[in-house]
Amino acid sequence: MPTLAEQILKAPAGSYVDVMVDRAIAHDGTGVLAHQAFCEMGARGIRRPECTYLVFDHIAPANTGTTAGLQRELRHFAREQGLTFCDIGSGICHQVMAEGIVRPGEVVVGADSHTCTLGAFGAFATGVGATDMAAIWASGSTWFRVPETIAVHLTGKLRGAVEAKDAALAYVRALGMDGANYRALEFVGDGIAAIPMAGRLTLCNMAVETGAKTGLCYADREAVEYLATFGVEAEMQVPDSPRYVKEVSLDLSALTPLVATGHRVDHVQEVAELAGRPIDQVFVGTCTNGRYEDLLRLSRMVRGRQVKVRTIVVPASRRVLERITVEGILSDLVRAGCVLGPPGCGPCLGAHMGVLGEGETCLSTANRNFTNRMGVGGEILLASVATAAAGALRGEVTVPEVADVR
Amino acid sequence: MCGEGRAVCLGSDVDTDRIIAGRYLRTKDRALWAAHVFEDLDPTLASRLKGTVLMAGKNMGCGSSREQAVIALKEAGVVAVIAPSFARIFFRNAINIGLPVIECQVACKEGARVRFNLAEGWVEVDGARCHGTPLSPKMLAIVRAGGLVPYWREHR
Repeated sequence: MPTLAEQILKAPAGSYVDVMVDRAIAHDGTGVLAHQAFCEMGARGIRRPECTYLVFDHIAPANTGTTAGLQRELRHFAREQGLTFCDIGSGICHQVMAEGIVRPGEVVVGADSHTCTLGAFGAFATGVGATDMAAIWASGSTWFRVPETIAVHLTGKLRGAVEAKDAALAYVRALGMDGANYRALEFVGDGIAAIPMAGRLTLCNMAVETGAKTGLCYADREAVEYLATFGVEAEMQVPDSPRYVKEVSLDLSALTPLVATGHRVDHVQEVAELAGRPIDQVFVGTCTNGRYEDLLRLSRMVRGRQVKVRTIVVPASRRVLERITVEGILSDLVRAGCVLGPPGCGPCLGAHMGVLGEGETCLSTANRNFTNRMGVGGEILLASVATAAAGALRGEVTVPEVADVR
Repeated sequence: MCGEGRAVCLGSDVDTDRIIAGRYLRTKDRALWAAHVFEDLDPTLASRLKGTVLMAGKNMGCGSSREQAVIALKEAGVVAVIAPSFARIFFRNAINIGLPVIECQVACKEGARVRFNLAEGWVEVDGARCHGTPLSPKMLAIVRAGGLVPYWREHR
């Protein structure tokens, strides 16, 4: 029987298809080049502005006059074309789209590699470059090679201080940085049912770190109920013995806190192995771990205590910021010594605020630790929110205690 | 569609951050990307890329969707990129800007004369031919046109 990717693209793996795009997303980073290509194509207007989203998240607010100038052009273009424009402070495009926009069964294409995050809703969600996005703007459609699918079979339940992020690092380690190249991942098994949407978004977010075109979860009761909170009606999807090219299994109950080191996302070690290693900065946020549930977890660990190293917290969206403000979580974080950044990507890609100095180490909840990504000569350790919080409180890599997570 | 150049060997899993760092993205200045290409991998590379064929290890161009990575390579004078496997967005971006890419398992010899045929999917290193995966007809047509923008203008 077909996989979820095959069902959505309506063709068997290996075939090439032309498909209409239900949601086309670009941001201030890729939007500039997409706009340029769009003009060079001589396209008259955006074919389906009602399906088109432009979100300013990468350098938000602008850091230099050059950035501000590029953003001004894009803002003008967005208003002229009548697409949905989300200015600075709205949040990271993937999170904005996860707040009641993307629905199960849709084809979602973003000019950003982490668009795969949205596969958590049972959508076929994948990243493209700027010129592909320009063509989608102009035509409303694009082409794909339908990917084969690898099943990531999850059993058991996350326990103690272990999070979906640890499960994500575990499958990236198991598959490697190109283990799913050109393929899709499907997260299946009893284990996925017990993971709420926030965790599923984290799992799907890191699919691209294995080279995957997308990561998908079947929309079950949890997904349908989550979407209902945004007033969106959706139907459940049920796996029907899909044909996988490979299966990997992960027992969630057996997982321990993990950390990716050595400038490779797939170089994953036990946090315990690195315990005591000094850190200079902690960063909690991004499309991997900047959601309400993440910041709630952080606040529970640091509330009434003081962080020992600079700790940058960046909510993934305005909605997340609003909720942590209303619920008093923000004040707990600020009193504990955390620094708040505006909703967006923050320092993840090293383009502005929060970059590292030579020889510094950042314990981060992001998804990439490539050489020099957050600053020349800096090193990034990728971990869960609990591990980041435990590290912030001690100023060194620390195994998070179950009691602290509560 | 044929071409040739001198081989420059690269390792596996060369990510897009190392091709062009995030700190250089906020501009439309293509010459700037070319000047800083591979800065975090080997700062001497940028000035040596004119007329070269990059021969990388597996998973070339993994990471971000930034099209600046392939533009930087093309602007710096890279003629083609050959690797046993590519990260899919990098591969698609290369096609879309008209930079020839060939998926081919072939040993690299630094400075060797490399010839390639995109339509037939072969690569020759110092005269020894190796067959890779030919591009799909549509991808080939896009590269032939010089990228998706000129292809679009011809076909709309």
